[in-house]
Amino acid sequence: MAGHVSLQYSTSPQQNQTRIQDSEPRWVRWFLIAIALAFISLFLLLPLAAIFIKAFEKGIAVFVNAISDPDALAAIKLTAVIAIITVPLNAIFGVTAAWVVTKFQFKGKSLLITIIDLPFAISPVIAGLVFVLLFSAHGLFGQWLLEHNIKIIFAVPGIVLATLLVTLPFVARELIPLMQTQGTTDEEASMTLGASGWKTFWLVTLPNIKWGLLYGIILSTARAIGEFGAVSVVSGHIRGLTNTMPLHIEILYNEYQFSAAFAVASLMSLFAIFTLIIKNVIEWKAKGAS
Amino acid sequence: MLLSRKIAYKLSFFLMLFALVLAGCSSNEAGSQPAKKTEDAAKKKEPIQLLNVSYDPTRELYEEVNAEFAKEWEKKTGQQVTIQQSHGGSGKQGRAVIDGLEADVVTLALAYDIDEIADKGGLLSKDWQKKLDDNSTPYTSTIVFLVRKGNPKGIKDWDDLTKKGVSVITPNPKTSGGARWNYLAAWAYAQEKFGGDETKTKNFMSQLYKNVEVLDSGARGATTTFVERGIGDVLIAWENEAFLTLNELGKDKFEIVVPSLSILAEPPVAVVDKVVDKKGTREAAEAYLKFLYTDKGQEIIAKNYYRPRNQAILDKYADVFPKINLVTIDDYFGGWKKAQEKHFNDGGTFDQIYQPK
Repeated sequence: MAGHVSLQYSTSPQQNQTRIQDSEPRWVRWFLIAIALAFISLFLLLPLAAIFIKAFEKGIAVFVNAISDPDALAAIKLTAVIAIITVPLNAIFGVTAAWVVTKFQFKGKSLLITIIDLPFAISPVIAGLVFVLLFSAHGLFGQWLLEHNIKIIFAVPGIVLATLLVTLPFVARELIPLMQTQGTTDEEASMTLGASGWKTFWLVTLPNIKWGLLYGIILSTARAIGEFGAVSVVSGHIRGLTNTMPLHIEILYNEYQFSAAFAVASLMSLFAIFTLIIKNVIEWKAKGAS
Repeated sequence: MLLSRKIAYKLSFFLMLFALVLAGCSSNEAGSQPAKKTEDAAKKKEPIQLLNVSYDPTRELYEEVNAEFAKEWEKKTGQQVTIQQSHGGSGKQGRAVIDGLEADVVTLALAYDIDEIADKGGLLSKDWQKKLDDNSTPYTSTIVFLVRKGNPKGIKDWDDLTKKGVSVITPNPKTSGGARWNYLAAWAYAQEKFGGDETKTKNFMSQLYKNVEVLDSGARGATTTFVERGIGDVLIAWENEAFLTLNELGKDKFEIVVPSLSILAEPPVAVVDKVVDKKGTREAAEAYLKFLYTDKGQEIIAKNYYRPRNQAILDKYADVFPKINLVTIDDYFGGWKKAQEKHFNDGGTFDQIYQPK
């Protein structure tokens, strides 16, 4: 890895942003706020409300049936399993990558940052197709996998890999700016006082980044649960086996079970709202902590 | 300088530890899954699972077939069998099987897609279609029109689809099996009408496809466009899909129009040899497809608006299935390979007559 630790001094975030709100006439402010509100209601609140209205259109019984249907339960379970596998891996990768990038100087560092960002830039469909190219029967490793009877695409490992790729940047992206502003002085102080590297990580670095880390984990969980495109390509759409919640919703919709589709969709929306609330709590706590 | 180097070594040690943990976790989850599967397949009287990879509109049909077959199979052999389903556009599903989706049986929209699995994937023998009765097609269907209640545009036959101001919905023949049947049905009608004059036929097809408002990628997508989004005056659809729409979404909103001539659509079924031999599921997979030909299977087929092969059962449902003058793909187009080459491959008649808007 790196030859030496850079002696960056932490630069505190810029606090001297000029507040422009007092310099604008009142009506301009109200007008802009009105536009923003109208936009949010039209494009966010209205569709969200529509999902819930449609979900309960045919009554509670249909809603409960849709969610307790064996295929739906399997989809919910699979989605949870995917999140449970991918999110911790992402957290570990994210912390590692952010650490490497921010605490060390080495050649190719900016290249590494760019590569971490790549999954944000490429379409999820391509993220899925990449694995088809690698692991399908006629793919690069296809023959070997077939001989050893290992199934990757059209099975759970493929879905895990695709989700992992799509959610890769979330934790790292959250931590890199944070750790950049924090610099390495705390760690150096800790080690100078005789703490081991492990101890330094747990007692100094981790507490410093914990809110950012949590925030990244939440974003990455939300994406892991909601991912459609990449998962759709590698899933094989086997009911009760490789269908995640978003894929199950599509199937229900295509089967004319509109209420059931929206019932599962509303469940996912509830989760999204719950995530947002947690996110806000964390932001609020983080503010209190700093 | 010395100090910072020491820190760096320690830190990089922990980074490597992280990397190891990461590698350990990922190889675990990739490795454990398949190992379990092979164990399952090895023990014979253990419950088994079959995967039926099918095309779009058969969801409801196979749900019923699967439940019934599982019951019979357990009664006969004492073995539990679960049949998993996967549905999508026929061409796309065939592609997935070639790519490694482990289907025990494929039940696709047309023979060409299974031919591809035999040719490109080498997963079953090339004479697969001779292995079961009736060209391995236990049910047939045909192509009809679905129009809005009261038939406001007065659509009666294929001619009416070429008229100005009529908006037609049909999926894309490049991706959808159903759409290819639609196309060939219209082609056959035009050939009959113009006495085999190909230039006039192409003109007719060109007129018709000029009226196509949305070219969806699959049959279900096209139905949703017509029904849910309310686009178009007429949907060219599978007969079973049209009936299903009437029943699911209201007879008060749509009606079926039967054209004077249509095509006999034969969606074939086949056991995927390489997969069943590897999984040890051949017996059950073969019995599953044979079940479709039994009286019970044929009844379920008729109830789901596919035309059963069994004449007695077809007669029983005669009031459901109107008699239509039907041409077959083999007699009229010389089989799927020829039809595919002439009409749907790049540069085929579809590319010649269709200009995207």
